[in-house]
Amino acid sequence: MKRVAVIGVGLTKFGELWETSFSQLFVEAGVKAINDAGIDGSDIDALYVGNMSGGRFVDQEHISCLIADHAGLTPIPATRVEAACASGGLAIRQGVMAILSGMHDVVVVGGVEKMTDLVTEKTTQTLATASDSEWEAFMGMTFPGLYALIARRHMHEYGTTREQLAMVAVKNHRNALHNPYAQFHTEISVEDVLRSPLVADPLRLLDCSPITDGAACVVLASEEKAREFVDSPVYITGSGQASSTIALHDRRSITVADATVNAAKEAYARAKRSADDIQVAEVHDAFTIGEILAIEGLGFFRIGEGGRATEEGETAIGGRIPVNTSGGLKAKGHPVGATGVAQVVEVVLQLRGEAGKRQVDADVGLAHNVGGSGGTAVVHILEKG
Amino acid sequence: MGSIPRFWRNMQSRYNLIGRRCTRCGEVYFPPRNFCARCRRRGELEEVQLSGRGEVVSFTVIRTPPEGFERQAPYVMALVRLEEGVMLTTQLVDVNPEEVEIGMRVESVFRKIQEDGEAGLIYYGFKFRPVEEDRP
Ligand SMILES: [Zn+2]
Repeated sequence: MKRVAVIGVGLTKFGELWETSFSQLFVEAGVKAINDAGIDGSDIDALYVGNMSGGRFVDQEHISCLIADHAGLTPIPATRVEAACASGGLAIRQGVMAILSGMHDVVVVGGVEKMTDLVTEKTTQTLATASDSEWEAFMGMTFPGLYALIARRHMHEYGTTREQLAMVAVKNHRNALHNPYAQFHTEISVEDVLRSPLVADPLRLLDCSPITDGAACVVLASEEKAREFVDSPVYITGSGQASSTIALHDRRSITVADATVNAAKEAYARAKRSADDIQVAEVHDAFTIGEILAIEGLGFFRIGEGGRATEEGETAIGGRIPVNTSGGLKAKGHPVGATGVAQVVEVVLQLRGEAGKRQVDADVGLAHNVGGSGGTAVVHILEKG
Repeated sequence: MGSIPRFWRNMQSRYNLIGRRCTRCGEVYFPPRNFCARCRRRGELEEVQLSGRGEVVSFTVIRTPPEGFERQAPYVMALVRLEEGVMLTTQLVDVNPEEVEIGMRVESVFRKIQEDGEAGLIYYGFKFRPVEEDRP
């Protein structure tokens, strides 16, 4: 495919931001991205917003309009994109396609979620709406519960160990120490994970990403238009998206993330790249087992080898392929609708050489975002200009 | 978390484990569907009574329950593959969580699923338990 430039990026701090409202979050990230791009509001042709559940989390739908209004961007077209936790990644893809279609030259893509206004039971229930409401959630299944089923089966089929799962969280917490935007700046040990309270056996509290408020934003532009603003932007060179069954019980195999496999196949083909070319990756570690499934499904490691690779440090900064240098969903935080956009922001920072103490040496990176228990996956490949 | 019409529509399947089978390719669907994904427009689905017997593919113990399940936690949730080949999500009952294992043979029972405190509704449906004759 033709490449699309990322000319600006912006993030809010991720965390429990009780003093900040939903629309303030988005506007903060948006202003940063627009300033970073050096563009003016009048240069923007369209807005896409990833958001999972404003209706449940903050009693607000019609979010695209709210944000266009509060960001002072009316009358440009504003569109909300929803696919549970993959909302942000899909919004990026909609922005890419809007530019590739020739319809728009400069598009702002943001993601936002305000999750901490609800009590825990309501949050648990809201996240469970990403599963099959009638045949999973109705029966008492929760979102961590679904990933627990995958984890137990992965351990059973491939010998993945409880400790290897914990090592994903340990690595991502270590990476987040050097990310000023991350929710957590605490180093944890394997023992800390194994001693944390059980949420859904075998997954414990420190296997799970937290409840987070936050927003992320990027400015995308056609290659021709980008030259007016930026000398050497990072480019999105590949994009892929795929669906699988919404319910885990309908999946052919619960230990192979088939939507991830298919989305990656498309993204690699469009970028004329393979898994071997990827030098840094942000993947969807909503739960520790999620990162194992991701690095296998994306082709970095063979199916069943993800736990061993993690244990051997192959995904750590300094390893063969650094994964989740930002701290990932686990330690950077997981404001669900913002996550897919924030992943792209991290890869852009890495490719620009602006990732500070967590910087790795990379020309080609990948962002991988998943909705639900794997029913939606979206993959983007980014490259230095 | 549900409404009465929404529950009523699925009642027969949830009460009696009624699935659908494609008369053309034989594929069994549970939860029931109206469309065979393999045969598409050429498929035709008929109702089929499932045996209610199967085995545990994976399981977990829910300790952070959603609304409506607070009084049941901790409880065991499992993926069960039925003899007919389809898999479903269900609660396992009449068993100590420590005794559950992958491959365990289970059978369906009719139980209370959840209580909707606000609406005062109680929902019923299938759960599964270890097969009686396997018990020590
Ligand atoms: Zn058929």
